[in-house]
Amino acid sequence: MSPKVKRNFKTKPIITRNLVQLLGFGALSGITLLTMFLIFLLVGVIIVRGASAITFDFIFGYPSNGMKAGGIWPAIVGTIYLILGSAIFSVPLGIGASIYLSEYAPDNRLTQIIRIAIITLAGIPSVVYGLFGLGLFVLYMNMGTSILAGSLTLAIMNLPVIISTTEEAMRSVPQAFRVVSISLGATHWQTIRRIILPQALPGMITGVILGLERAAGETAPILFTAAAFYLPRLPHSPFDQTMALPYHLYVISTQVPGMPQEIQYGTAFVLLVLVLGMNLAATVIRSRARARRQW
Amino acid sequence: MDKILIEHLFLNYSDGTESLRDINLGIPAYAITVLFGPAGGGKSTLLRTINRLNDLADVTAVSGRVMLADQAGAVVDVLDHHLDVIALRRRVGMVFARPIVLPLSIRGNLTYSLEVAGERDKTRLEAAVERSLTQAALWDEVKDRLDDPAVALSGGQQQRLCLARSLVLEPEVILLDEPTSGLDPISTTKVEATLQELKKRYTIVLVPHSVQQAARTADYAAFFLQGELVEFSPGKTIFTAPRDKRTEDYVEGRFG
Repeated sequence: MSPKVKRNFKTKPIITRNLVQLLGFGALSGITLLTMFLIFLLVGVIIVRGASAITFDFIFGYPSNGMKAGGIWPAIVGTIYLILGSAIFSVPLGIGASIYLSEYAPDNRLTQIIRIAIITLAGIPSVVYGLFGLGLFVLYMNMGTSILAGSLTLAIMNLPVIISTTEEAMRSVPQAFRVVSISLGATHWQTIRRIILPQALPGMITGVILGLERAAGETAPILFTAAAFYLPRLPHSPFDQTMALPYHLYVISTQVPGMPQEIQYGTAFVLLVLVLGMNLAATVIRSRARARRQW
Repeated sequence: MDKILIEHLFLNYSDGTESLRDINLGIPAYAITVLFGPAGGGKSTLLRTINRLNDLADVTAVSGRVMLADQAGAVVDVLDHHLDVIALRRRVGMVFARPIVLPLSIRGNLTYSLEVAGERDKTRLEAAVERSLTQAALWDEVKDRLDDPAVALSGGQQQRLCLARSLVLEPEVILLDEPTSGLDPISTTKVEATLQELKKRYTIVLVPHSVQQAARTADYAAFFLQGELVEFSPGKTIFTAPRDKRTEDYVEGRFG
């Protein structure tokens, strides 16, 4: 630069700017590392102390001796039933609602209220869902403490997550595809079914899994609606109570004195593997779809 | 005979960006009619009125008549609220500024319009694929890889695929909205040459991406300025002896 050019703005010396850059970068990566450290600590402790408890009999056995011995098979099966049960109710309803919101709903006062309701629903503490389920399903609709009542309660809790993630997946399909499809003589529904849904499907599956994963791990919604304290057999029907992993973990950690730590960590380990496994599946589906995506 | 007759067409978007004011225009059959002029003149809006694609946009008010005639001379008003718009869009094909291939195979892009109309016959679908690709001068380049994803094609090939796609239903009119704006000169030449062939069988309405392209391709040309139709003349005269001063200024590059 020619020395005659007069610059009428001030810049900090390059050393200061580099220093600021270095400090900022250091602080941010430090925070990231701290977060990672906490996660690894949490997961690591459970893996190290829980993995040794995992035997065939622990997974597939029934609890005995006041849960101080034996396995957790009824709790595993109960949790799977609750995940599937909540999926039956929340997936069709959630996907239907998100198709309506993304493709059909006009932008008016009613739609705004629906959206606010969904956001509010997502922010409600899970114990409130539990009490709501107790009032509506267990008592008023006379379902009793049952897999059915628990599934419905979990389904309501899942709905906002499923609706917002699947709606987002559909909205991310480019508008140009819709315009082209319509210009080729397709109806609105044909456009949704043949172009938008197939393109949005991986994102929708990811959203559904993330919603159901929440159902797998929550204790409060099933506390009053589905969970049995101790039921050393498999449930017979949807109207039966069931054991479930998160509630079982709560029970053996706080309600039973003299509980062997091995069983506690083993149960936590199984729950963690289940939830992380679902999370991993969602991530894999999403990243594979992104790699294959044609837009 | 005019294929499309536009009478007293007024149109407003709700945000007031671009509108059409009292457009009167007859678009002749089996010829290339070019709608040209600076951006914001209403050319694309007029194009999208003809196949009612503006139904998807935020249009507040439309008035006037857009009459579309078929081979037998029967006429429908495109703006009629009771009109079957699906049937209209099967008669009026469209190609967009960017090559927008659907996320399907090359074949899937072409058979889409037939499939949504309920065609299941494999032989007829295959025949339509070959015919449309041949008409768009793309058959030889893609015939061995019809099941590849359409996005695997080059930009120029994609746009010719979009052109072929608009021909599958054998429409009466093809609307092209700056179809070569993103293409290299060689691809542009191919598309323009194809249009000269296609006008023997179709009525073509083209929004060109430059005055030069307008001059190269137009049988008839309409000059649009800020929502008004300034001049409509045969292509031979409008670029050499425009009647209106504003057309002359634009064609000679004094503004734009």
